[in-house]
Order: sequence, then structure tokens, then C-alpha cells
Amino acid sequence: MANIPEDLHYSKDHEWVRVDGNVAVVGITDYAQDSLGDVVYVELPKPGEKFAANESFGSVESVKAVSEVFSPVSGEIAEANDSLTDAPEKVNTDPYGDGWMIRVKMSAPGEVDSLLTAAEYEDFTKGDTE
Amino acid sequence: MSEITKVTSHINANEALIFERSQPGRIGYRLPPLDVEEQAIETLVPKQFLRDDDLEGVPEVSEVDIIRHFVRMSTWNYSIDQGMYPLGSCTMKYNSRLNEKVARIPGFAGLHPLTDAEDAQGALEVIYELQQHLAEITGLPGISLQPAAGAHGEMTGVMIIRAFIDARDGEAGSAKRRTMLIPDSAHGTNPASAHLSGFSVKTIRSTPEGLTDLDHLRELCSHGEVAGLMLTNPNTLGLFEKNIQEICRIVHDAGGLVYMDGANMNALVGVARPGDMGVDVIHLNLHKTFSTPHGGGGPGCGPCCCTKELEPFLPVPRVVAQTSVGASDERHRLDSMPLKLRLDFDQPQSIGRVKAFFGNYGMMLRALAYIQTHGNDGLREATEAAVLNARYIAHGLTSDYDKPYNNPPMHEVVFTDKRQTRKGVHTLDIAKRLIDYGFHPMTIYFPLIVQGAMLIEPTESVGRQELDQFIDAMRSIAREAVDDPELVLNAPHTTRIGRLDEAAAARKPVLRWKPKAKADAAKET
Repeated sequence: MANIPEDLHYSKDHEWVRVDGNVAVVGITDYAQDSLGDVVYVELPKPGEKFAANESFGSVESVKAVSEVFSPVSGEIAEANDSLTDAPEKVNTDPYGDGWMIRVKMSAPGEVDSLLTAAEYEDFTKGDTE
Repeated sequence: MSEITKVTSHINANEALIFERSQPGRIGYRLPPLDVEEQAIETLVPKQFLRDDDLEGVPEVSEVDIIRHFVRMSTWNYSIDQGMYPLGSCTMKYNSRLNEKVARIPGFAGLHPLTDAEDAQGALEVIYELQQHLAEITGLPGISLQPAAGAHGEMTGVMIIRAFIDARDGEAGSAKRRTMLIPDSAHGTNPASAHLSGFSVKTIRSTPEGLTDLDHLRELCSHGEVAGLMLTNPNTLGLFEKNIQEICRIVHDAGGLVYMDGANMNALVGVARPGDMGVDVIHLNLHKTFSTPHGGGGPGCGPCCCTKELEPFLPVPRVVAQTSVGASDERHRLDSMPLKLRLDFDQPQSIGRVKAFFGNYGMMLRALAYIQTHGNDGLREATEAAVLNARYIAHGLTSDYDKPYNNPPMHEVVFTDKRQTRKGVHTLDIAKRLIDYGFHPMTIYFPLIVQGAMLIEPTESVGRQELDQFIDAMRSIAREAVDDPELVLNAPHTTRIGRLDEAAAARKPVLRWKPKAKADAAKET
């Protein structure tokens, strides 16, 4: 059973968001990393780059496939987790912790409200597998 | 069984690297003494071109060492000449020896690529005639054989769309049309080709039946910026896009063009023509559909075929027939009179050259030999057999594996690992276990929209007996996944090397050999 922390927001593209004031921390969910399999490369944007909600901000390469990752919120990249370049396996081992991908200075913090709750995301992933 | 040490000159399952075979002073040549005064290399070659690093580790071997080394390793390959290769989406059909013989005819094989057209009429006739055949097969009259691979042909097609829209809409109008629509089931090369040609990609959803979602297509087209659609038909799920004419109409009404990825033409040749469906431009893979070798990534040939309307934008030079008045006549009948062929560079709207000379010519010879030996009826028969074989497998495996789409498949069929995952056995494990049964695995984890996908394409090259063997092997693996999952999880067991750590290989790749001392030093730092 995939781990879905209560205190996070989720997108239908399997990203999670942790709100920290005006900043959103974004990564991919436990369900996503499990579906992808062993992650071997993560491509992330540079600080200062701007993305609209649902826009692709990078990609995750696993032994199965290369997948785009989408920003659930609009804003400017404050920081990217560059440690994933040398240790992409963190996305598998700690998707909600050390495996975080970007910190976004949100331009429209209200967007978070339209994301899924943990319970909604759990239902969504069940629909995905049935 | 205890480990034994074989003498090195004997066939060894663990062949040493060529670097490790090195013996100081061994050489594979002997040159006669110079009959001029020997000069120091520094006096002949400018310093900046001289290597100044030491050549430590460059192997010192004899000719026979080299030959044996590579021949031994060649025996580790699995090839289409050894058995079934059901790699979905790749159409690994048997490559007939006759094609190889034709490609080696000295007059063709030895022809210099800079030979004047006047003196290379026979070679040009091969190109011209193959073009005529491909035009008839696709229903699209404009052809370039230059592209060297499928993705190359695809990009050529997309560049032609771009050039056509630039010419039709003018610079300002064209700048507003930069959206390429691509279904979520597409090959990854499609968005790459679109992006490289200056388009941004919007993804069309698939319906639960695995087909292009027409409502979503209409919605995306209504935004008004659509340059075109890139569609594979049958799509990568092996399903025929039965709404193809409606799809083309929607895109055309929105002012866009339809590009068809011809990767799956093995399901259509001799039966249905993309040109008749409303497609504007398509690429073919001679190395899939027309039986030329895939050969370790190349050389391939990915002809680009288009409508009369798009023809002026095809790459140059074009091989055209010359009539008595000097104008080209594409409809020239091959059997009516001897052709005079020439290279036409005078195509001002052309996107230009996309490959040196004329493309990978040897592939054209093989494809022409394939088409001519099959004939019209034979090509149709091959298509029907390819579809029948895939449906036979679809039927044979439905009881043991989850088949996510109910529609009858065309030339390939997709299954998933859904039933096996309950015991912890996944697609990768099933594929690895299949190796133990003597088959090359199917394509796995593609298409991306199918979780745990196994894409199986038997092609027309296998008979009933081999199909049954394959089905038996797959059903046996399904039983093993229940009775003895560890057996499947640790497969393969019968190969020279067991399960590889693919993640470690990708995360920490060792890309080159280093002398032991240096490798040790590198590890310490």
C-alpha cells in the first residue's frame, strides 16, 4: 500500500505539495516512485525559472521510462534539489523527504486549494489500478 | 559444480576484455623496412596533433587474438536468425538471404556515390522503382528515400509540415500555428521530432477502448493554433484507429495536417492505404515493414511519403524521370520504354538535404527485393499472416494474462502483469524468465499509458509451431509466478550472466576500461 501522508496536497500527475508559507515544496509520490521503478536520473530546473501550474518542470528517468514531472502550482523556482543528480535513488527511498525536487515561490497560492487531499488522492490511485 | 579454469585459447563463457588479453610486444602486422630515410614524427606532424598521453593499456594482440575475441562474443548474441523475436513495435521479421544477395551485387555495392547520374542509371532506377512501389503501397505520391531511420523520416515529415504552413500562411500566420497534437500512446520520438521542428506538443487522451479521444481532439483543435497531428495507426496498443477518416477531417478543418507514424505499417501493407484515409505525410521503416536488417541501430531507412500538395517540400535531390521535353513525369510507366533518370536539385521550396548522398542505399535494394519477391498478393498475405499471428497469441494468452483492451488487435497485442503482481511478479520478471525458455523478450513497459505493459509482435515470420511454443512458455511462466515466484523473480537462470542490476548500471555507469592501477586510484578518490 502506497504511503500517502495526510498533511500534503496531491496532483493527478502524482506530485505532492508541502506548503511552507508562500513556498511550495514539490516532489513525486510514493505511488509514483513505485510505479516508475528504480529512478536513475532526475532533470530539474534552475532557480529563477518560472512555471505555470501543470507545466512540465523536469523529468524523471527510471529503468522503465522517462517521465515528465509537472508543477502543481504556478511560480518561480527558489531552489532545486541538486543532490538528486548524484543520488537519484533518494526519490525511491524517501519520496516525501530527501527525494523532494523543487521549492516554488508561489504566484497564486490559492491554486493549492484545487489540489487533491490525501483521501482524494488515495481514491484516485485506486481508480488508476483497477 | 565447482568452478574450473579453462585455458584462455578455449571458448570461455567469461571472455576477457580485449585489454586484458594484451601481451606486451604482440602485434598483428609486419611492415617492410622503409626505403627512405626515417624521420622523427615530430618533424612531420604539428605538435598540437600529437598525442602526448601515454598509451598504457592499448591492447597488444595478434590478428587471431582479435578475431577469436570478437567471434566468441558474437556467439552470445540472440538474433532473428536464431529464433522468434516478438519485440512489439519493432517488427522483427526475418530478413531473407535473397535480399542480402541482391544488396551485394558488385555493380551496386561497389558504385561510387559521386558517380554521374548519367553513369548510374541502374542505381537510380532502383530508387525510382522503389519510390513507385512505396507510393502505391501508401497512396501517397511524393517520396524521399533519404532519411536514415524512422525518427529521421518522422522529423523530415514534420519539417515538411512546417515548411508547408510557412508557405501557406506566411511568417506571421505560421508563427500562430505552433501546436502539434500527439496521443498519449505515441512513440517518444514523436514529441521529440515536433519539438526539434519548433512546435510545442499537446497530448491527446486515449479512450478506455485505447483509441484517440475524438472529443478531446475537437477541443484541442478548437483553440486554433494546431499545425498538425502525429498519429500512429494501428496505434502502439496494436489497435486500428477506426475513426481515422473523422480524425483527419477534424484536423484538416482546423487548418492542420496529419502526419502518420508508419512504424506499424506491417498491419496495413497491401490492405489499406494511409493516403486513402486522409493522411498527408507518413514515414515508413524499411527496417521494419520491408524486411531490411535492424542491425544494432543501423543503418536504417525511413522513407518519407506525402501528398502531391506537400511534394515540393521534400528533400533534394529528387530522383525524377526525364521526358523528351525535359520536364519530369512522375507518372511515367516503368514498362513502357527505357527510363532516363536524373537528379533534380531545382526545388526552391524543398526543406533541403537531410542525408549525405541518397540515404542508405543498400537498404533500398533489400526493400525492393522484398517487394518484388512478394508481389502484390504476397505483400497482402504477409500482412494478413502478421495480424493473424498476433490474434492467435492474443487468444492463447487471454486466460493467463490481463489483456487491457477488448478490441481485436492488429499486428501486435498488449498484455499486462496485473494478475501476476499479486504474487510480486512483475513484467520485468516475466520478460527475464522468457529468456530461459529461449525467446527474446517482448517489448516491456511500453506503451507508457499501460501499467506493466508487455507488447508482443510475432510478425508473419513465425509459424503455428513456434507460436504454440511461445504461448506454452508464457503460460508456463504464469503458472510459475503462482507456484514458485522466486524462480521467476531471479530469472534468467540459463544465461551466461544472470539478472543485471540495471539501476546501478544507469546510475553509476562504467563507460570505459582503465588500466588496473588507474582504476584502483580512481576508486580511492
